Amino acid sequence: MTDTPATRAASATPPRVARKIRGLSDRAIAWIFVGPTIFLLLAINIFPLIWTIRLSFTNFKANRNRPLEWVGTRNYERILTDSDIWLNMQATAHFLFWTIFFQVLIGFTLAYLINKKFKGNDLWTTIIVLPMMLSPAVVGNFWKFLYQPQIGLFNYIVGFFTGKDPSSFEMLGSVELAPWSIVIVDTWMWTPFVMLICLAGLRSIPDYIYEAAEVDRASKLRQFFTITIPMVLPFLMLAVLFRGIENFKMFDLVVQLTGGGPGSTTELTSINLKREAFEKWRTGYASAYAIILFVTVFGLASIYVKALNKVKER
Amino acid sequence: MSSFSVTEPTQRTKWVSGTLVIIYALVTMLPLAWIMLTGFKSPADAISYPPKVIFDPTLEGYVNLFTTRTRQTDEFLAANPPETWYEEIVREYDMVIAGPSKFGERFLNSVIIGFGSTFLSIVLGTLAAYAFSRFKIPLADDLLFFILSTRMMPPIAVAIPIFLMYRQLGLSDTHLGMILLYTAVNISLAVWLLKGFIDEIPREYEEAALIDGYTRFQAFYKVVLPQAATGIASTAIFCLIFAWNEYAFAVLLTSGTAQTAPPFIPTIIGVGGLDWPAVAAGATIFLLPVMIFTILLRKHLLRGITFGAVRK
Repeated sequence: MTDTPATRAASATPPRVARKIRGLSDRAIAWIFVGPTIFLLLAINIFPLIWTIRLSFTNFKANRNRPLEWVGTRNYERILTDSDIWLNMQATAHFLFWTIFFQVLIGFTLAYLINKKFKGNDLWTTIIVLPMMLSPAVVGNFWKFLYQPQIGLFNYIVGFFTGKDPSSFEMLGSVELAPWSIVIVDTWMWTPFVMLICLAGLRSIPDYIYEAAEVDRASKLRQFFTITIPMVLPFLMLAVLFRGIENFKMFDLVVQLTGGGPGSTTELTSINLKREAFEKWRTGYASAYAIILFVTVFGLASIYVKALNKVKER
Repeated sequence: MSSFSVTEPTQRTKWVSGTLVIIYALVTMLPLAWIMLTGFKSPADAISYPPKVIFDPTLEGYVNLFTTRTRQTDEFLAANPPETWYEEIVREYDMVIAGPSKFGERFLNSVIIGFGSTFLSIVLGTLAAYAFSRFKIPLADDLLFFILSTRMMPPIAVAIPIFLMYRQLGLSDTHLGMILLYTAVNISLAVWLLKGFIDEIPREYEEAALIDGYTRFQAFYKVVLPQAATGIASTAIFCLIFAWNEYAFAVLLTSGTAQTAPPFIPTIIGVGGLDWPAVAAGATIFLLPVMIFTILLRKHLLRGITFGAVRK
C-alpha cells in the first residue's frame, strides 16, 4: 500500500471500527454478491418456467396473434392418452437403458484398466476423453457421414469384419438399426465420462484395505467383489444419474443424426417436443408436454438420489 | 526403486491393461481422424468405395467452406485468368469465387458468445460462490439446490417461453440475448464448482487481511481471487466448452446475425448434394480448438469433471 493520508488514517483506526466505516456490512456484501446470480436465474430460468405452466392450460399458438383461451387440463389429458407419445417414451427408454448399460460396462472396464497405472496412462486417458468435449450437433453430423451405406467408414469396417456387403445395410435408414445407431454414437461420445467418475472412485479406495485383505488371504476375485465393486458403486451410481438426466434431455446429437427417423423410430421425447412447439406451433400443448417431461425427470431423479444415499450410508 | 507392495500391479498386468486401453483409444480416435482426413479430400475421393486412406490432398474443402462460388462461361474464364491459389482450385470446376461464405461470421459469433457468456458466468459465479462459502445466507442449502436443479430442465422446455420473451424484448437473434441465456445455463455449474474451490482456501488468510485493515472487497480481490485462480480457470474452461458446443438454443433462437457455428455447419451444401469435404473442414476447424484445449489443460479439466460430479 502506498503512504497516503487515507491509508495512514486507516491504519490508525481500530480494524473493527474501520470495517464499519469503510466497508459495507457482511450481510450487505453477501446480498450484493449473490443478487445478480439469483436475478439472472429468476429472469431466465424460473420466470420462463412459470410462464410455461401458465401456457400449458391454454391453446395458445405462438405463430398466430390471437388472445389466450383457457382450456383447463385438456392438454395434459390429451398427452397422457396419446399413444404416439408413448411410442416416443419407449424410444427414449430404449435409448436410455442401452446407452447407460454400455457406458457403465465399457467405462468401468476402462477405468479398472487405467487404474493399473501403466506407463503413459494419463496421456491415453486424455485421448479417450476427447469425444465428450466435442459439440454433439457436429458429432452427429459427421457420424451421419460415417454411417452412409456405400461410402461410410462404419459400414466399410463392419463389412470388412463380418463379410457383409457395406451397401446392404443402412444404419440410419432402417427401422431395426436406427435405434442402435444412436446408441452407438452416444456410447462412443459419453463412455469417457463414466470412465472418469469410476476412476475417481477407484482412486479413492485406500491401499490399506487391499493390504488387509491380502493378509487375510482373500483371493483377487473376492477382493474385487467385496472391496472394489462396493466402494466404486456410489460413484458409478452418480455417473448413471448424470447420464440418465442428460440422455433424457437428449436432442442435439440425435436430431443431427437421424432427425427422429425413419418414421418416428428414433424420435426421442425432446425431438417430439421440438416438433410440437416449433414446427406445428402448438405452444400450449407443447408447454404441457414440457411440464410433464420436467416433472418426470425431477421425480425419477429424486427417487434415484434417495436410493443413492442409502447406498452411500452402507 | 519401488519397494514391494501387494497393491502394486505386476508388470504383466500393466502391460496387458496398457495394451487394451491403447487399442480402445485408437479405435475411439478413428472417427475423428477420418473426419480430419476427409477435409483434405476432393469430393470424389470423399465418397469413393472402398474408402480411400491414401489420396491426393487438396484444400478444396477449405476453399469451399470459406467461399461462395458461381459457374461462369468459357469466355469469361479465358479472359480472367486465376490470380490466387484458391481461385485456381475453383477453376477446375469452371467456377469463380463470388465472395466469402457465412462460415467466418458464424465462427466469430461462436467466439463472441462463447467468451462473453464465460466472462459473465465467471464474474457472477465467483461473487455468488464467495458469498455462499463465507457468509451465512438464509436458506443457503435450498438456494444452492435450486440453482443446481435448473440444469435438469430439457433445453427445449425452457426454449418455448424464452422464445416468446425474447421476441417481446427484441433479444431474439442477438449476441446479448445468447450471452445472457448461456450465462444463465452455465452459472449453476459455475457457482457449484467455484464454491468448492473457495471452500478449500483457508479463512485465516482473509481474516489476517481484514485485521491488517483491508475491507471485505479488498480481501476478496487481493487475497481470495489469486488463491482461487486455478479453480476459476478450470471453471471458465467448462463454461466456454458448453457455450461453444451448444446447439438446441442456438438453432431455435438464432437464424442470422447471432447464429453460432454448430447450427450452421450441418447446413453447408455444395453443388449436387452435401459437400462432405467442406462439412468435414468446418467440423475440423470448429472441433480442433476444443481438442487442443483438452490436451493442454488436461490436469485441470479432468479434475474438474470428476470434482464437479462427485461433489453433487
